[in-house]
Amino acid sequence: MEYRQAKTGVLMIEILPDKCDFCGCCVGVCPEDAIELKEAEIFIIDERCTNCSKCIWSCPIEVIMFNKEGVVAK
Amino acid sequence: MKEEYDIIVVGAGPAGSMAARFAAEKGVSVLMLEKDRDVGYPVRCGEAISKAGVEEFIDSNELWIKAHINKFSFIAPDETEVLLQFDSEQEGYVLERRIFDYELAKTAVNTGAQILTRTYVNGLLFDDDKVAGVKYEHNGEQKELKAKIVIAADGVESRVGRWAGLKTHIDFRDMECCTQITAANINVDPNTLYFYFGEEFAPEGYFWIFPKGDNIANIGLGVSGMIGKKKSAQSFLNSFMEKYYPQAPILTTIAGGVPSAVTLDKISAPGIALVGDAARQVNPLSGGGIASGMIGASIAGRIAGEAIKMNKLDHLLTYDKAWHDRLGRRHETFNRIKEGIFNFSDEKFNIIAHSINKIPFEKRTLGRVFRTALIKQPSLIIDIAKVFVI
Ligand SMILES: Cc1cc2nc3c(=O)[nH]c(=O)nc-3n(C[C@H](O)[C@H](O)[C@H](O)COP(=O)(O)OP(=O)(O)OC[C@H]3O[C@@H](n4cnc5c(N)ncnc54)[C@H](O)[C@@H]3O)c2cc1C
Ligand code: SF4
Ligand code: SF4
Repeated sequence: MEYRQAKTGVLMIEILPDKCDFCGCCVGVCPEDAIELKEAEIFIIDERCTNCSKCIWSCPIEVIMFNKEGVVAK
Repeated sequence: MKEEYDIIVVGAGPAGSMAARFAAEKGVSVLMLEKDRDVGYPVRCGEAISKAGVEEFIDSNELWIKAHINKFSFIAPDETEVLLQFDSEQEGYVLERRIFDYELAKTAVNTGAQILTRTYVNGLLFDDDKVAGVKYEHNGEQKELKAKIVIAADGVESRVGRWAGLKTHIDFRDMECCTQITAANINVDPNTLYFYFGEEFAPEGYFWIFPKGDNIANIGLGVSGMIGKKKSAQSFLNSFMEKYYPQAPILTTIAGGVPSAVTLDKISAPGIALVGDAARQVNPLSGGGIASGMIGASIAGRIAGEAIKMNKLDHLLTYDKAWHDRLGRRHETFNRIKEGIFNFSDEKFNIIAHSINKIPFEKRTLGRVFRTALIKQPSLIIDIAKVFVI
């Protein structure tokens, strides 16, 4: 299995597909500028993410998850 | 569209539109770029604003006023209600922002600014160290456009300032993470804003019901990211609705973030200025950012227009001080008051509510309410005094 690589190792942050409201809380708190948010599209920029989890704590509708197994590359 | 603009504004919310309008009034070329399809939609807002906050920029119009507000109701954790009425010059509105934002954008266009929607800005151009334009995606194509000045009005999710090297990300503890629904069959007074405080409703934040006429209301809350770590805004909203309005039909649901802190240390740099939520110009006590964002943006727009007219781009850097003199410093005081209130226990909220209710309703002015609250929290006196004096 191939995992997505974060800045500090394996990426462990996952945004649940089709559940995001594109509100921007997570983008506002991300210290690494590691989230790309378009009109109706969101993704993590792997090589910048440090798995710090701040985006998870600030998501008002709990659609970002910590996946300690690591996020599998598609 | 031109090959090059004097000023490019990123984002067409209230701040973007006012930056564009005040710049265009100086007779320079201005283009607004907005990632969404429509200006004003989706609405991520409780939509409450003071009449004075609106009328500094646009004449009041029933087209986008859904409710006229003349009372505040504060609900303590034990459900004691403190009702406060204010006089006509303190009147407020609940807006239909979908229309309001659109009308604001129209005032910008009427002064000569142009606007392009479905345009996602994803980078900056530089000339040495000076910002000199934007990179953007439009209709699936990656493009570039030069400008002498870029104004970032890209909201809570702002990234434009970061690309110019400004520290713009906000501490997760200062982010009020919000969910809100617009629901029907909500039987509340149509002229009152309701605020609920305490651990059950919204710890380190508040819960609101803002009426929009016809028994429709915006119902939502914000909690700090620190609370979100344990329990999300959505769970608080679900518990509230189950308890108070289990049958209410829900018309819309949205998430959103309010950067509830003081303004960023630096809101301008060579060739770039930040306005509105992007600059963290929200009133940190109330979480209101429409009026203060428009004020910040109007200052930045005017100064940017002047800088181009005078052919003196350094003039843009005077924006930081102009903002701080107008509102920034006051927000620092509001922020200290907010931190004081955040630390109130449920018991303290209850005690304050009980003592305020001993003041007869007709005599219950904002000043008296504060004085009563202060007896219970004397260290806030100095800060609150400053708010009223400055
Ligand atoms: C739930 C909630 C309730 C609120 N309630 C109130 C209230 O009752 N009263 C009040 O005064 N304030 C309230 N606020 C705050 C208020 O909504 C904001 O302060 C206000 O909208 C800020 O205006 P703005 O123009 O700075 O940003 P926004 O209105 O957020 O506009 C930013 C614009 O920039 C666009 N954009 C972002 N990135 C890009 C990009 N890369 N390229 C192109 N375009 C981009 C966005 O699509 C958006 O249209 C609330 C906020 C929330 C979340
Ligand atoms: S985990 Fe941290 S670095 Fe990664 S996207 Fe979330 S906030 Fe950004
Ligand atoms: S905070 Fe949650 S809902 Fe908002 S944009 Fe991020 S993932 Fe989506």
